[in-house]
Amino acid sequence: MKNKKVSSVTKNEWITYAIVIVLYIICEIMIKTGVMSSHMKGLLVPICYYAIVAVGLNLCVGILGELSLGHAGFMCVGAYSSALFSFTMQDTMPTAPRFFIAFIIGIAVSALFGFLIGIPVLRLNGDYLAIVTLAFGEIIKNVFNAIYLGIDGSGVHFSLKDMMSMGMDLATGKIIINGAQGITGTPSNSNFTIAVIVLLLSIAVVQNLVHSRDGRAVMAIRDNRIAAESNGINITKYKMLAFTISAAIAGAAGVLFSHNISTLTASSQYFGYNMSIMILVYVVLGGIGNIRGSVIAAAILYLLPELLRGLSDYRMLIYSIVLIAVMLLNWAPGARKFRAQKMQEIQTFIGRRREK
Amino acid sequence: MSFLTYFINGLSLGSIYAIIALGYTMVYGIAKMLNFAHGDFIMVGCYVVFTIVSTMGLPPLAGIVVSMLICTVIGVVTEKIAYKPLRNAGSPLAVLITAIGVSYFLQNAALLIFGADTKAFSSVISWEGLNLAGGQLKIQGVTIITIVVSLLILAALQTFIYKTKSGQAMLAVSEDKGAASLMGINVNKTISLTFAIGSALAAIAGVLMCSAYPSLTPYTGAMPGIKAFVAAVLGGIGSIPGAMIGGLILGIIEILGKTYISSQLSDAIVFGILVIVLLVKPTGILGKNIQEKV
Repeated sequence: MKNKKVSSVTKNEWITYAIVIVLYIICEIMIKTGVMSSHMKGLLVPICYYAIVAVGLNLCVGILGELSLGHAGFMCVGAYSSALFSFTMQDTMPTAPRFFIAFIIGIAVSALFGFLIGIPVLRLNGDYLAIVTLAFGEIIKNVFNAIYLGIDGSGVHFSLKDMMSMGMDLATGKIIINGAQGITGTPSNSNFTIAVIVLLLSIAVVQNLVHSRDGRAVMAIRDNRIAAESNGINITKYKMLAFTISAAIAGAAGVLFSHNISTLTASSQYFGYNMSIMILVYVVLGGIGNIRGSVIAAAILYLLPELLRGLSDYRMLIYSIVLIAVMLLNWAPGARKFRAQKMQEIQTFIGRRREK
Repeated sequence: MSFLTYFINGLSLGSIYAIIALGYTMVYGIAKMLNFAHGDFIMVGCYVVFTIVSTMGLPPLAGIVVSMLICTVIGVVTEKIAYKPLRNAGSPLAVLITAIGVSYFLQNAALLIFGADTKAFSSVISWEGLNLAGGQLKIQGVTIITIVVSLLILAALQTFIYKTKSGQAMLAVSEDKGAASLMGINVNKTISLTFAIGSALAAIAGVLMCSAYPSLTPYTGAMPGIKAFVAAVLGGIGSIPGAMIGGLILGIIEILGKTYISSQLSDAIVFGILVIVLLVKPTGILGKNIQEKV
């Protein structure tokens, strides 16, 4: 039986890794030879972290079958907790171990949040689960926007109101989180190589989970909850497992995020429900349950508005039309039937040519 | 007296949420889809009124009527082009993403036509309001009109659904689409009618909202849209009185939370209440429990 476990990593999965690695090498060559513009270079790390969140969300939506609209919130948790650590340890620790620990902290804290939020949320189903995760995402964003945290000679000061009510000595102390202004001056340690490694790791985690015994239990719950339960599968346990891992992966993306920009704010642009929906769009357009699809869709859809920059004013309009058109062509039963019919016609046409 | 003032303001904001939530809940109850673009219909309604009243200088009533007409047309056309082909797509996510696409489309179309700058919206309601208790309690005209309008809409909608043939058809379609069509009900027409009513309500909500909070951007509708959705879920999605109750509760909590607890955390409080209610009663306040079958 041991042999079977090794071969369960199918050829199909290696294609996913290969695509990412080949794209990475191409990008690296383009950077080294100076073909890539600095604008494009700045987009490489964001593409990776959005691909990572998309992989994480796909675990939740595609494999577990539960719609979450709060993954930007988990990303926010990962970003803030790791930035907090990096910011305070900036002068006392060398870069490499600090960044590594920041990763562990970011992933652990967002996994913890995923677990805690999962306990109540996973009792709900369908649209209700979606709206509660959306609510949690907004709560997380809102709370981070209201936190004031500072440190001075007499210790740590904290407030949810404003800077003054922390009661700290502003002359000698240091403000760490400044409300809606967030954390300024996090070290920017993220680079393309690290981002790609994290992406590969998160793909590996999800794909190995899918092919494990636990993963099959999770998918059984997705396919028929009641049937799975009557077969003795512990629904709560496996739902929590998948949801927590999914949150942890989003947290890893958050760590990359916070270490890629100089000022971390919990603005709705980055962590609001709009971002969660954006990530869901990557997952759905890439194919629900298809990990490779998520990565590719995230890369293409993130780049699309940038590539359309020449059309400046019209780019988001075109983007939205593309989105609607792709959904209609891919999912509408009418369009599917039409496509199948055309394919049939082409095949018979080719067949007839061959007979002649 | 100040508490009462805040409470009434909350009631007014809640009435606006309730009107939007009515549109959400009707569409969800009948078409079984979340119309994420509903919030943007509000924004469209606002811009139409703005154009007609402020730019063209026509009377407010004309603005309201035209904006209701335009929103209705947009709602029905959206349903026909973007949602109807996906009705039997199998995955509810497909139509959700399409709705998101429509939302982006409307926002960016407004951005192109009207620009990104905030438009100051002069209230279409010129009534000053009432002074009660010897001037201690001042209620603005907008507030009173908003509350009255929302109650009228609720009454009208209830009458329409329970007393007319089309309303009964809506109930039947929301119960079982297949059985309804076997009984000779035109399902497509009924769903279109639902979208028409929902979008017209969004236009009214837009006018009231912009009269109470006079600033207008292409993203005006997004947050109220989400809040109204939350209100609909809070009251029990699919239930019309539920949408009303959910909206009012949400509005009151938001204003009181903003005043007495923290203005920054008011959204967190609102969403926190939603989470608590759903955990205690997962189908919302007036929601029905659905028996699950294998």
